[in-house]
Amino acid sequence: MNAIPLTYWDLATASLLLAANGVLSAILGLGIAGRLAIAALRMLVQLLLIGLVLTWLFAQQSPLWTGLAALVMIGFAGYEISARQDYALKGWWNYGLGAMSITIASTLVVMLALTTHIRPTPWYHAQYALPILGMILGNVMTGVSLGLNTLTTTARRERAAIEARLMLGASRGKALSGTVRQALRSGLIPLINAMSVMGLVSLPGMMTGQILAGAPPIEAVKYQLLIMFLIGGATGSGVILAVYGAAHRLTDARHRLRLDRLGANSGH
Amino acid sequence: MLHIENLRRPGLTPTSLHIDAGECVALMGPSGAGKSLLLRAIADLDPNEGELRLNGAERAGIPAPDWRRKVGYLPAETGWWAPLVAAHFTDSAAAAPIIAALNLPPDCLNWPVERLSTGEKQRLGFARLLELRPLVYLLDEPTSALDPAAIEAVEAVIAKRLHEGAGILMTTHDAAQAARLAGRQLRIKDGAVSEAGP
Repeated sequence: MNAIPLTYWDLATASLLLAANGVLSAILGLGIAGRLAIAALRMLVQLLLIGLVLTWLFAQQSPLWTGLAALVMIGFAGYEISARQDYALKGWWNYGLGAMSITIASTLVVMLALTTHIRPTPWYHAQYALPILGMILGNVMTGVSLGLNTLTTTARRERAAIEARLMLGASRGKALSGTVRQALRSGLIPLINAMSVMGLVSLPGMMTGQILAGAPPIEAVKYQLLIMFLIGGATGSGVILAVYGAAHRLTDARHRLRLDRLGANSGH
Repeated sequence: MLHIENLRRPGLTPTSLHIDAGECVALMGPSGAGKSLLLRAIADLDPNEGELRLNGAERAGIPAPDWRRKVGYLPAETGWWAPLVAAHFTDSAAAAPIIAALNLPPDCLNWPVERLSTGEKQRLGFARLLELRPLVYLLDEPTSALDPAAIEAVEAVIAKRLHEGAGILMTTHDAAQAARLAGRQLRIKDGAVSEAGP
């Protein structure tokens, strides 16, 4: 089972489509031709680089290098979460909380899958570990950044309501319960949306990739289902860790709402 | 009853004061002088330091939710967390007489919060605090949005709670109201509290 290999000439001709897109946006004066070109160039370089890196990593079969690559991926995902916040926790909390949540959630789930479901030899085989981590990270990252953003913006907007409950003797957990629930929900909704249209509207990239590579469709579907279950588990635990962690940080031991620990995100 | 020693927080010079059982203390001063900062600090809603004792018990030894049920704070602008008024009270039956005493119609418990006028919000916010029966009340301009008849009702409720032994610290811009209710007046200016004449 092997995909029909593409030549660089194939890619060059196909890239004319994107180039035509750029020419059109320049003619129509959309003002995005430059950004389009830079994004296309970034994609080209990033993908070629990761191709080389993965080839090298597969050849090494070193748990150390595979682990390092996983750390870099998690590091970028953590940065992306912190950059997507309208109001961020001050100090290291903004980066640290998001990165910690996705680290715990995704490494546990990936290790579980590698040791009990997929079982490559050795279990840390980069060909399995890194793509699976990548798919899980992307989804957990989206969920965690949405959950955190909803928590902080809602806490700011609903400050009077939250403090009213505190004034009447509610604990911080009770006063923030509605806000926390809303944040958890918004972190999990992308997963629900993705699952409900899967196979009808969207044919997931990994599944399509396996089919293109010649795998029997039902085998590709089984892989996709496994990945979605892993994503479900990782997103749930990642969002819960991040949202409860942030709710804890937004209050203190004397049950006060501490919005002073939030700042406008400098990335905006 | 409530003894406050050396209360410190940003925006406030260290403050000491006391409120006895059955005593109403009026806190007067221009807007932005730090009245709300002081009340929020006493209720422990913002970070602050100092020695506070309620009937001899230190605040530091009392969990904050318990403290706030005993030293109840009514902010100038009330917050609402549920769509219906009734959800903000513990017990509708117990709330009914309080609501009646504040000149509000009995069925207002079934109203949606978004239908409430500013004055109704102010009185219902006071009502849900009264339902908790705190020992000390910290009232931030409790009648600022009310018409004369409603003011009279609120003042009557305050007088009744004072008679029952509650301690009250209230801010007001109305010198006549302070004279009617308060045995003692404090002035606050630029975050500094000082004694004023009766």
